[in-house]
Amino acid sequence: MPTDTNPGSFQLKSIIEKEPMRSTASATALLRELVEHLRQHRTELREEWARRITEAKVLTAMSDAEIFAEATSVYDNYVAALETGTFEALQTYSRNLSERIIPRGVETHEVIGIVLLLRDVLARSLFTKYQSDFQLLNQILDAYEPAANRIANTVAVGFVQERERIIREQQEAIRELSTPVLQVRERLLILPIIGVIDPQRARQLTEQLLRGIRANRARVVVIDITGVAAMDSHVANHLVQTVEASRLLGATVIVTGLSPEIAQTLVKIGVDLGKMNTVGDLQGGIEEAERLLGYKVVPSEAPGQIPGIREEP
Amino acid sequence: MAVPILKQAQYLIATIQSALTDEDLLSLQTALVEKVGKFRSRGVIVDVTALDVLDSFASRTLRDIAYIIRLRGAETVIVGVQPEVAFAMVQLGITLEKVPTALDLEEGLAYLDKKLQHARAET
Repeated sequence: MPTDTNPGSFQLKSIIEKEPMRSTASATALLRELVEHLRQHRTELREEWARRITEAKVLTAMSDAEIFAEATSVYDNYVAALETGTFEALQTYSRNLSERIIPRGVETHEVIGIVLLLRDVLARSLFTKYQSDFQLLNQILDAYEPAANRIANTVAVGFVQERERIIREQQEAIRELSTPVLQVRERLLILPIIGVIDPQRARQLTEQLLRGIRANRARVVVIDITGVAAMDSHVANHLVQTVEASRLLGATVIVTGLSPEIAQTLVKIGVDLGKMNTVGDLQGGIEEAERLLGYKVVPSEAPGQIPGIREEP
Repeated sequence: MAVPILKQAQYLIATIQSALTDEDLLSLQTALVEKVGKFRSRGVIVDVTALDVLDSFASRTLRDIAYIIRLRGAETVIVGVQPEVAFAMVQLGITLEKVPTALDLEEGLAYLDKKLQHARAET
């Protein structure tokens, strides 16, 4: 019986239907009056708002002049959105604004804070103007508040979306800095790891390495982690697992370039490094690998000339 | 499905062709242990290239085969573990400790040749 399974929706519907009947005729007129009021008092309300922003000590990343300039355009956009009831222009503007201020370190709470401040400043000016007529004040607020809430919402969502877009872009950029698996000699691969390793990158790394071992028929792999600043237990365990998985494919792994900090962390968190073959630096690792593979590097009798260096006559 | 065991000079080569039941694995174990004695083999290669999954029982049986065959005086190499399989095994904590592994059949044969040369040189 679908009619009475959800009484809530029925009630909600009747409220929604009732709402416009009461105010359709006057709402547009009221809103127009409201916009007119905001236009008239543009200068003082804007100054009041800028003053409140400075007082609240938000937007510390921007100078007062900048705040005032931004406040002016936010104010105009705000009033325009109230007037037209369309939010596309405001959306575009808030996205633009976010693009400009996010790189300067403006936080989400600051942006939401200043929009709510503006909402508050305008509401107060309405209180002052209509304080004698409570009925009219109520109607004005009925017209003002839903629109103001939507504006606050639009700006906040625009800001957060812009932020998320930047984060997504950066994640992709990091992923594209994929770690190359390089062959330096027949059956010898090196895998230099630079930067932060998160679980996802660690998994991708292992996959690439194991594929590389198979494709290049590698017998020894040197993993160089000189460029890794820190390592947690998760990543360390992943490294150990990678070493073991490589062994199952018949390759020996040599880990080089463990920094003193990482070495201490690994011992402190108790990662079992017994199975790991470690050498101090990349050069030592490659030499050890060459030894394992039976290579021997000897300087030739007549060294080749290095291009670009001319010998003195 | 039974696993064919081929004799090649002094080695035995068992190539697993498809996923094995637990009984198949145990009969592979019995057959290998018998044939090592019968052919006086010095090395055994178990090729798992065709397997896209190695569960804990299969891994334990492979490890047991390697240990038993060592007691019978021969050396075992597991070859052809797929990259995905290798990582899945390690995540399950199966690392085939002390069991030699090699990339493929060729590498496995090379490993056994080298190992036997060493053994001969020592005696």
